[in-house]
Amino acid sequence: MIKSKTQLSVSAIKNGTVIDHIPADSLFDVIQILGLNKLDKMITFGTNLESKKLGRKAIIKLSKVFFDESDLNRIALVAPLAKLSIIKDYKVVEKRVVEIPDEIESIAKCVNPKCITNNENVKTRFYVVSKEKVALKCHYCEKITDKENLVIL
Amino acid sequence: MKNRSLVSIADYSKKEILRILELAAEFEKDPYQQLLNKNVIATLFFEPSTRTRLSFESAISRLGGKIIGFSDSSSTSVQKGESLKDTIKTISNYCDLIVMRHPIEGSARYASEIASVPIVNAGDGANQHPTQTLLDMYSIKKTQNTLDNLNIFMVGDLKYGRTVHSLLIAMSHFNTTFNFISPEELKMPAGYKMHLDNLGLKYYEHTDFTEYISEADIVYMTRVQKERFSDPIEYEKVKNVYVLREHMLEKTKKNMKILHPLPRVNEINEDVDENMKAYYFTQALNGVYTRQAILTSILGIR
Repeated sequence: MIKSKTQLSVSAIKNGTVIDHIPADSLFDVIQILGLNKLDKMITFGTNLESKKLGRKAIIKLSKVFFDESDLNRIALVAPLAKLSIIKDYKVVEKRVVEIPDEIESIAKCVNPKCITNNENVKTRFYVVSKEKVALKCHYCEKITDKENLVIL
Repeated sequence: MKNRSLVSIADYSKKEILRILELAAEFEKDPYQQLLNKNVIATLFFEPSTRTRLSFESAISRLGGKIIGFSDSSSTSVQKGESLKDTIKTISNYCDLIVMRHPIEGSARYASEIASVPIVNAGDGANQHPTQTLLDMYSIKKTQNTLDNLNIFMVGDLKYGRTVHSLLIAMSHFNTTFNFISPEELKMPAGYKMHLDNLGLKYYEHTDFTEYISEADIVYMTRVQKERFSDPIEYEKVKNVYVLREHMLEKTKKNMKILHPLPRVNEINEDVDENMKAYYFTQALNGVYTRQAILTSILGIR
């Protein structure tokens, strides 16, 4: 049976932000990065939803919550294909894609235990060498931190 | 290059690399010059490296410079828990340039951001050792009369060996063909091969010395270290495979030279030492001229 387009897996919101196309296994990273566990607004989550692009995706709908750009950069690291819709009165008034910036500061941890950033009080700094399959080159030790080893600070 | 730190070989463009090699050739003709007699240079060795430290100190002394510093951190306030930042900020006040060796990777880049004087990285953990790379290139240029279109064989630990990684990056400016000879578990990392792919440079991988060594212009030997193997049996199996012996040089090219960053253990048999193709001890001497070139260039004297 084909599911009707109008039948939503996660119910609609009146005003707020919808974050779609999150890889299912990155949902909890996104929650942590955005600090959603500390918000007192109404939030609904859906995960392990079918997706042609991602296999299994997750979606987050946040009522009366809007984000600024630096927060979006943080999501892009774990959900590079995420799409954001800004909802006003049940209608999508703006769509945004997240894009990983060329340089990333103080968000991720360097995978190398011998790196200066893991040994002294030095802020991490990376050059993004691959955006599709996230790979960050440490400005200091020059080692690559890839998606599998990505730890958000 | 004046006042700019040298942390990674990638900090220097092809043109800048060639400039250093030209200067090094001038210092080889005349290594004793009073060029640094108004300078104080700090050599801060947070871990011991006698060879590198003496090479720098010889380079400085022959140019009349004064040296302050330490050869290991056990007698310094690092032992009391002082941060690298505080050490560097303080010592910046006492000298015109800092040569630094440190076991932590990225420490030299960080030091270059907080120091008020230029930093020359003399090795930061397994990361970078750019003055070694420049002296390797000087040795290649001097023995081959060119850096272009050479065939370089790299042998031994190609996974962790920072000298081969930096040399690969630097030589990739010069249409080099690479041959990698290493055990399976110490192969050249994918990132470096990708770098060569992107530049359209040719490379070949072998797990054993091959007859193709007859095509080599340079054979760059490195140590296969026991501690790199998780399984000691694997080490026992491969430890004698990557040893260069004199009879293996028979069919090699006339211009071929053997380089090694030293110290060597057994990977070059001593019977090679007397062969005309053995170049590793002269390579160490070239380090002095190359470091003279680097220091005077950064201090704006040359």
